[in-house]
Amino acid sequence: MKTYRTHLMVCAGTGCVSCGSLNLKDHLESELKNRGLSDEVKVVITGCNGFCAEGPIMVVYPEGIFYKKLTPEDVPFLVEEHFLKGRPVEKFLYTGPAVKEKVPLLKDIPFFQHQVLRALRNRGLIDAENIDEYIARDGYAALSKVLSSMTPEEVIHEVKISGLRGRGGAGFPTGLKWEEGRRYDAFPKYIICNGDEGDPGAFMDRSVLEADPHSVLEGMTIGGYALDAHQGHIYVRAEYPLAIHRLNIAIEQAKNYGLLGKDIFGSGFDFDISIYPGAGAFVCGESTALMYSLEGKRGMPRIKPPRSTEAGLWGQPTVLNNVETFANVPAILLNGGEWFASLGTGGSKGTKVFALTGTVSNVGLIEVPMGTTLRTIVYDIGGGIPEKREFKAVQIGGPSGACLPTSLLDIEVDFDSLDEAGAMMGSGGLVVMNDSTCMVDTARFFTDFSVDESCGKCVPCRVGMKVMLNILNRIVEGKGEMEDIERLKRLGQHIKETSHCGLGKTAPNPVLSTIRYFRNEYEAHIQDKQCPALVCVDLIQFRVNPEKCKMCGLCKKACPMEAITWEKKTPADINIEKCIRCRSCIQACKFGAIE
Amino acid sequence: MKWAEEIPREEWVRIDQVIHKYRERHGSLIPVLKEVQDICGYLPKKVQHRIAQGLHLPSSQVYGVVSFYTFFTTTPRGKYIIRVCLGTACYVKGSKQILDNLQRELKVGVGGITSDRKFSLEGVRCLGACGLAPVLVIGQETYGMVTPGKAIEIVRSYP
Repeated sequence: MKTYRTHLMVCAGTGCVSCGSLNLKDHLESELKNRGLSDEVKVVITGCNGFCAEGPIMVVYPEGIFYKKLTPEDVPFLVEEHFLKGRPVEKFLYTGPAVKEKVPLLKDIPFFQHQVLRALRNRGLIDAENIDEYIARDGYAALSKVLSSMTPEEVIHEVKISGLRGRGGAGFPTGLKWEEGRRYDAFPKYIICNGDEGDPGAFMDRSVLEADPHSVLEGMTIGGYALDAHQGHIYVRAEYPLAIHRLNIAIEQAKNYGLLGKDIFGSGFDFDISIYPGAGAFVCGESTALMYSLEGKRGMPRIKPPRSTEAGLWGQPTVLNNVETFANVPAILLNGGEWFASLGTGGSKGTKVFALTGTVSNVGLIEVPMGTTLRTIVYDIGGGIPEKREFKAVQIGGPSGACLPTSLLDIEVDFDSLDEAGAMMGSGGLVVMNDSTCMVDTARFFTDFSVDESCGKCVPCRVGMKVMLNILNRIVEGKGEMEDIERLKRLGQHIKETSHCGLGKTAPNPVLSTIRYFRNEYEAHIQDKQCPALVCVDLIQFRVNPEKCKMCGLCKKACPMEAITWEKKTPADINIEKCIRCRSCIQACKFGAIE
Repeated sequence: MKWAEEIPREEWVRIDQVIHKYRERHGSLIPVLKEVQDICGYLPKKVQHRIAQGLHLPSSQVYGVVSFYTFFTTTPRGKYIIRVCLGTACYVKGSKQILDNLQRELKVGVGGITSDRKFSLEGVRCLGACGLAPVLVIGQETYGMVTPGKAIEIVRSYP
């Protein structure tokens, strides 16, 4: 095997690809070739590095130097300075939001320091489209150990010891689910990997599938062995074309190596995996709905029991787990359940991957031990709130979750503590909101989402959520009544108690949690007809504060409706009739003169 | 109906090929619909009937599936498809204003098509590029960190 003195790991997750990382890779390769360095320096395309805010990202190994926001124009200079002369280029290095100093090494960047990588153990280190690199990082070692030296019962026992709970949101213990699936004597059985990551603001599963598809395949195969199932399906959102592409490559390679298909490792165990792209329905993330969708029907949940471990896909025993759950499985079987359980809290073991987004400095994908506080996540890893804004809330768990206020920043994030706070782990989307976010509007946003995505099967969700949405619309239009708050609470409680599936049972959470923690904002909308965050367009009017206006004219340029009049040396003025309250001028004004 | 255009004969041939390929497979309706939509660009009633017959399914089931999943459409799309991400991260950063502005600029509702058939405007749930929020996608091109004003400029720059 050829050895190189330096490896350049270029991130090719969806975020970095949209910023042009593939173009960057081409430029790097041709520049290295021109300089005669092709035999010494190798460019590797990796899955999502996690630090999406700074993309396109490149990490130089063996040193571990972290470069950010590279453009093709930077390449000639970078190659000459760093790879010919051996001097890291300072201007492309990371600078923290607080400290002004450059941080050259990846391991010293605060964003990475607090993270513990287990499900994402190969993140940014391997080429996702090359099985050899996965194997070199102990890939398929767990499968070989399982097939050669463990009984299915021992596998399930080990998973139970680990305390692994389903990473899709509800947190059902994985070991128990497998044990149940094994108990039923009906064949064939199926294993399904749920990659229908529908929560807006969440991209954990996508990143795992893009960066390390083999870990999911290996986890599923181990699950298949434990259950005596021989067929697996991966259901992936159609919006994730790159993930589907990489999975196809991974399956092909695994089959060629005899790690998938007939007689794996010569053990006599057969297991095959097929990919099934979804067709865009949020409710298909619910397990029974997903199985109907796999059968080519409308994806509508059914009433349980029977649980899908007894009668799932095509009426056969089926075990369905989330992408991240399967990605954890090989590491558990290789290192032992106790190793996994050594991290985390009483009821929640191991780590959790979160997609940290919204108004936070370091947007990206993170993995932290269960029990890490929200404060650590938002401030230490996330780097706090940019643009001198104030933290207001963090939304966790997507449309099933809740908005948690400042007073709960010290909550230790695990399944049980979030449940107590009226939130839910969900699949792991964390959206940080600053003081320019209106909580009533946010609740309205999620309710709108749930109304849109409700499958319509049961009345509480189909009609109840619609009524909640109408009330919320009324409030943001300034036509609300004080009784509306109680109405929302009562209705929300009913919907939670009477809906069929998990979607309906949790759909009122965004509204209930915002009433619980931000009741004053509801009251401001209803009583004072004001939106404190200046979001709800029917309750605000913009005007220019002449004292703050520096007469620069930037607002006029930004206005798409030509509603702003301005001449040199006079303060700008907004024509209310023409103004559509698009906020372009607020963003353009550097002096905060528009109120 | 203005849009009820004839499907050319060669597209019918390709549709039948797709149906034939999947005919024997259990639960293949969704993949068939997907491939057919790739051929025609949309799924008008005539095509749905043909698929129902070919797969020996009731037409109601085909229509039920088409109307259930957002991926399928029964109306044709414009030359450029504008997709505005309405995921939480983009929403928090103002993607709703972008969508509102584009609706006004193009004089078309969400899910609609402009009268010159140049643009279709769609709101989508999370494209997973939250690091670039708010995100706008036109055709294959992704635009990150878009402002309401910039969105209009971008759209106007399309010929």
